[in-house]
Amino acid sequence: MTVNILCFILFLVGLYGLITRRNLVKIVISLSIMEFSLFIFLELVGYIDGGIAPIITGQDANAVYVDPLPQAMILTAIVIGLATTAMLMAIAIRLYRKYKTFDIREIKNLKG
Amino acid sequence: MDSLIPLFVIIPLATAFLIPIIGKLTIYFAKTITPVVLLILCFYSITLLLSNSKETYIVGGWQPVEDIPIGIYLVLDSFSILILCIISIIGFLVSFYSFEYISYYTSENNFYALFCLMIAGMNGVVLSGDIFNLFVFLEISVIASYALVAFGVGKNELEASFKYQVLGNIASFLILLSISLLYWQTKTLNIADISEVLQTSDDSAFLKFTQVLLISGFGLKAAIIPFHAWIPDAHSSAPSPVSAMLSGVLIKAVGVYVIIRLFFNMFVFTHEIAMVITVLGTLSMIIGALLAINQSDIKRLLAYSSISQIGYIIIGFGIGMVVLSKGGKVSIAVLAIAGALFHMVNHAVFKGLLFLCAGAVEYRTNTRDMGQLGGLAENMPITSTSSLGASLSISGIPPFNGFFSKLIIIIAAVQARFYLVAFLAVVVSIITLAYFLKFQKRVFYGVNKNYKNVKEVPFAMSFSMIVLVVLCLGLSILVIPSIRELILDPAVNTLINMDQYINQVIQY
Amino acid sequence: MKGMSIIVKKVAQLIAGFVFLYGIYIIAHGHLTPGGGFAGGALLAGAYILSILAYGSDYLKLKEEQTESSLSESISILLILMLAVAGMLMGIKVFFNNFLPKGTIGELISAGAIPLYNIFIGIEVASALLTIFLALIIYKEEIEE
Repeated sequence: MTVNILCFILFLVGLYGLITRRNLVKIVISLSIMEFSLFIFLELVGYIDGGIAPIITGQDANAVYVDPLPQAMILTAIVIGLATTAMLMAIAIRLYRKYKTFDIREIKNLKG
Repeated sequence: MDSLIPLFVIIPLATAFLIPIIGKLTIYFAKTITPVVLLILCFYSITLLLSNSKETYIVGGWQPVEDIPIGIYLVLDSFSILILCIISIIGFLVSFYSFEYISYYTSENNFYALFCLMIAGMNGVVLSGDIFNLFVFLEISVIASYALVAFGVGKNELEASFKYQVLGNIASFLILLSISLLYWQTKTLNIADISEVLQTSDDSAFLKFTQVLLISGFGLKAAIIPFHAWIPDAHSSAPSPVSAMLSGVLIKAVGVYVIIRLFFNMFVFTHEIAMVITVLGTLSMIIGALLAINQSDIKRLLAYSSISQIGYIIIGFGIGMVVLSKGGKVSIAVLAIAGALFHMVNHAVFKGLLFLCAGAVEYRTNTRDMGQLGGLAENMPITSTSSLGASLSISGIPPFNGFFSKLIIIIAAVQARFYLVAFLAVVVSIITLAYFLKFQKRVFYGVNKNYKNVKEVPFAMSFSMIVLVVLCLGLSILVIPSIRELILDPAVNTLINMDQYINQVIQY
Repeated sequence: MKGMSIIVKKVAQLIAGFVFLYGIYIIAHGHLTPGGGFAGGALLAGAYILSILAYGSDYLKLKEEQTESSLSESISILLILMLAVAGMLMGIKVFFNNFLPKGTIGELISAGAIPLYNIFIGIEVASALLTIFLALIIYKEEIEE
């Protein structure tokens, strides 16, 4: 349970960064932190005390395995996270090229 | 196992990755293959719709063990086939429209590749019977849409895309969190299986938390009112065909569709959640319309109006849920849900058309500011007529389809004794008429100050608009009982009979 | 982008090969040990990126490199899809059907078509990451001009 609370705190750290930082790159980093806290949470969902890696060879009948499905889900989610982060960074660099700054206070063409 | 429904995902996906390879040789490959592929999917989906088929498909052939599904399921039922039809038809017309429009931009191949990727993702979302797989397909389609919004790489496009991405990512986190909570509680990912487990569990605090997370996550994708901040920027900055796809199809397929599917077929919904959904719908309807009045940018106006129209759809479903959860008359719920589904189809058609018209105006005049436009009706008769049709349809003027769907929703609201909601729906309909009349007057009628020499748009663009305006009139036939029984009623039945969906998956 | 000092260049030169080899190992044993196409592919891309960072991008024709890597990405995805559809065409109509003989657990050549998927996914991920990296370099150089 402690770990669950820690990962909730990590989520809040990311959220704090997202709200307070004004630099585009730092916003992207905050989003990544939030994302990784979720991955850790998802990993904990599948954790079983004393469980071993789920490579089932049939030798040990009493072995306790951790749940492999959350691991597969995280791997997929990491790939997705990679794509979104790359996309965000690409847009951030393009924005820097147009505005010569990473400060979101300067970037406010769209209103209303 | 003879089902071919994975083709809905495979074909657009393969096309998306063929285009960068073969497209290097000739520019016309991408331009022709995309409409052709979508036309094929169009015919296939309409055949499935008319034959009213229900199909289940297990990817990889992982058969269930002791009646517990372990593979990834693709589920086709009457509700999903309706959305698939919308996706393919609007997708085909929009890609055909892009034939001329997108030669405006550089790197057309990338546009078509991303477009196909988006279609593949949306088809996957609609077909998926597995909640995590649904999330993956959702991400595929929204990442493609992030890139498409930024396609013009100007200042506004990039800014809009960045905002959209930050908000979209937060929505994805909420969705992922709720998926992991659901998995924690039920130890399964299959929607039908989750539903069976949840029917026996009674942990209501946990369930409510998950439901709220899901509503906020998918509500952000569907642009319901407290989560709507990205929609005006993204819709106004994207190239017009993309806006038409975003507004006409994407927010329905990945937002409204998923909310409805999960709440009707997965959760046993409670009265409170049903009320929350209805209130959110009402708020979106009113605030969207009020915000739209004062816009001077054509596409921003249309984007706000999308929020308002999505509100109507949500209200229809919400009233249905309230009536069902209170154990009221099923006939009222059926009416409300049918109205909402009907409005969903209609909104895809007329909002797609309106964005395409806005694109046509922008294509010829290079501006979206209503202050500078005026009197284009003389020079652009086709654009003007079709946008008039769509405007009348969206504001609910009789023979057009929008009238009937709004009428059905309002009648259902009155029957369910939501008098305030019914009254507000009528008022918002009048406001809608007001701002669309303003749109018509400022753009197509009035004095032509600056653009005396504009020409009508090329054939590819006008063709799509004509087809859509004909659909605007033609879809009215869905109110005729015999046709409604064929198309809308099976979809309504799948939604209100939870067991039907579960049986289709579990006993496959 | 300029290269770094001679020490960095030498060390990168020594390490990049091993990183690449390790990536291939991870991909090849994807069906036996943790890891697989994605992790191994990331290592392969890492080897390239390490040497590009050390030596600088001045030697490279960035645009052409990027076109080539995105081409190989598209081709490998199409190969994966073809493999999946091949399973569909083999007798029963199952997408992602594992149609090859399974072999015995724990041997390198076993688990049917899964090693093939792993190899293509590895190539796919490596070229995708490289494409992203090159695209970001191109943007950066455009700013500096």
